[in-house]
Amino acid sequence: MKFKLIALLTVIAFTFSSCGGEKKEAKPSKKQPVKKEVQKEEVKVDASKIDLMAPTLDNKGIGPIKNITLGDIDQGMVAKGKEVYKTNCTACHKFKKRYIGPALKGITGRRSPEWIMNMILNSDEMLKKDPVAKALITEYNAPMAQQQISVEEARSIVEYFRTKN
Amino acid sequence: MFRVIPVFSQDPEKGYGYSEETKPMLNTSHGFVPWGDSHHPDISQTEGTVDGRWVFINENNTPRIARISLKTFETEEIIEIPNSAGNHSSSFVTENSEYVVAGTRFSVPFPQRDMPIADMKGNFSGALSFLKIDPEHGHMNIEFQIKMPGFSYDLSHPGRGKSHGWFFFSTYNTEEANTLMEVNASQNDKDFIAAINWKKIEEYVKNGGGKMVPAKYAHNTWDDDTHTATSVMKKEVLVVEPKDVPGAIYFLPTAKSPHGCDVDPTGEYIIGNGKLAAAMTVHSFTKMLKAIEDKAFDGDAYGIPIIKFDAVNYGTLNQPGLGPLHTEFDTRGNGYTTFFISSEVVKWNIKDLKVIDRHPVYYSVGHLMIPGGNSRTPDDKYMVAMNKITKDRYLPTGPEVCQSAQLFDISGEKMELLLDFPTIGEPHYAAGISADVIKKNNPTKIYKLVDNKHPYGVKSEAETRVVRKGKEVHIYMSMIRSHFSPDNIEGVKVGDKVFFHVTNLEQDYDVPHGISMIGANTSELLIMPGRTTTFTWEPKEVGVWPFYCTDFCSALHQEMQGYVRVSPKGSNLPISFTLDGDIPGEEEE
Repeated sequence: MKFKLIALLTVIAFTFSSCGGEKKEAKPSKKQPVKKEVQKEEVKVDASKIDLMAPTLDNKGIGPIKNITLGDIDQGMVAKGKEVYKTNCTACHKFKKRYIGPALKGITGRRSPEWIMNMILNSDEMLKKDPVAKALITEYNAPMAQQQISVEEARSIVEYFRTKN
Repeated sequence: MFRVIPVFSQDPEKGYGYSEETKPMLNTSHGFVPWGDSHHPDISQTEGTVDGRWVFINENNTPRIARISLKTFETEEIIEIPNSAGNHSSSFVTENSEYVVAGTRFSVPFPQRDMPIADMKGNFSGALSFLKIDPEHGHMNIEFQIKMPGFSYDLSHPGRGKSHGWFFFSTYNTEEANTLMEVNASQNDKDFIAAINWKKIEEYVKNGGGKMVPAKYAHNTWDDDTHTATSVMKKEVLVVEPKDVPGAIYFLPTAKSPHGCDVDPTGEYIIGNGKLAAAMTVHSFTKMLKAIEDKAFDGDAYGIPIIKFDAVNYGTLNQPGLGPLHTEFDTRGNGYTTFFISSEVVKWNIKDLKVIDRHPVYYSVGHLMIPGGNSRTPDDKYMVAMNKITKDRYLPTGPEVCQSAQLFDISGEKMELLLDFPTIGEPHYAAGISADVIKKNNPTKIYKLVDNKHPYGVKSEAETRVVRKGKEVHIYMSMIRSHFSPDNIEGVKVGDKVFFHVTNLEQDYDVPHGISMIGANTSELLIMPGRTTTFTWEPKEVGVWPFYCTDFCSALHQEMQGYVRVSPKGSNLPISFTLDGDIPGEEEE
């Protein structure tokens, strides 16, 4: 009998190289490369069909949340929402500054509470089907992470956001 | 292959045995041992059926038994076995997971002492260890060690059903030879299967029997709240002398140098696979009890009664093949035995002692496995044969070629070969269970951040920071798709010891992140969602040195990276750390 160490070393190194990542100018105009880049950015902004800062309050998004009625601000819920937000969202969002995802100041003035909750709870489907979510991922590249947040927690985040306008 | 679980050996892919948290798992009485030689996994049982809670597995070289969780698919506990050497006849569990056993393949001085090797005979002992399993958490404790004669204890299986309460160990080298074993340990025409009434010994121990003797062995446990292992060095073990518990231990003569020692699902038949014999020995549990009652003994070995062969033997299966090693069972009264020398699996009816079918395997099969094989209720649709030799079968890859395994359908009269595949390393033995049981167990998907009790963990980016403590620099770092926080660190100096305590803030399924640092004399880390793991780096040269994510995590995985600035030894540059130009979490409120 031959007994041997079962050496199970599976080292998988994935390497993605961004081939052709360097922007080669078609016709190297040595004089005004700066101008050209500015032009390029302008074209990109013009091409986007949705103004991400414009309110889309009629859009409830796609997901488990169909209808939310907002009452007076519930401070208990705000405190809960703040805590959940801090643990699960701040790695990608800030209020005043664009970060991995968009700045969230004034978010409840732009998006319906249903849309916000569906984006938190059902981001995979939203990013595939909802026009606003699709425009957001085009702009920000990083998909919104699923953080295993409950409906109640998502609702409390909305309440917290109402205090951040 | 779905998952490779590191147990006794370091695994650089997962950082197991390299990270500060997992290093204690590989601690032993001999210090840190980076590898192991595992042989026999066995799944925990409830009422004679595999329940899918834990897998136990033995380590041969530095005798240990480990427990793997089938919720997290990680090693949760490793206990060293003192007074043993070559922990081979392990790690089989009883039908309600009362005990997992360990038996020594080498007899050794017990306790170890300085003595001439040639004086072995009569002066060495063989430890059989019974480890009690805590029914709720699975924690193991060496309840007692039986100090047996100095034979070699090869394999073992528990009684079940009617024989529950007994354990059977095959022995070889009853000659007690200490050199040229392949000749000198093959002299006796029969060796023994040792039958141990563990319930009787358990009772004896409960009533204060046995003697606590000094011993040194490590007990390592993993804590899923702190994500950290602890190693405790134990100092004594309870030893039972066979002569003190009369009626608890018997020897059953078995032809010749038996290897496998297998018990059928009813618990009636105990099968010795005599690897040097032309016949297989089938003992009867019922006859054994009667023989004990009648005192049908043929002398004794070191005071342990030897039952007369004819009084315990049910029958023999003559000339079934060459070199029988192991037998597993279906629920229809058949045994399936591997034959190493004649390279085949033979299906035979136990009651009739008749061969039903035989199938060649390629080549030199060792163990075979039927899911639930060591239980009252084998799941007997499939059988896997594990082969040691594949010469001339696959691509020649230098002097060493792959081993292989073969999957058979055993639901019909004839065994049918379904699949034949090369394996990594020697496929020694396997444990099988229905996938439905594992799925019902609801395996862990993420570790909840709110439950993270790692002393260096962070719950959000706002808590990430870098702290200097003399020459130690502790980086409380976080990771999420796809950046580290902080990712620019300055103020580290040559001669510092830098601890990267890295928390994966993801709370999504299947999103681990990795981290590696240029020049760190350890492995990368692979960190599951919600977990914190630590590696150390001792920068030796001035410069700006990068680290990056090693687990493909998103479209921006290639951008998941950062820098540490290393200044000269005497530098006054204070520690600073930023992400996107800010101190992490600074901007908010």
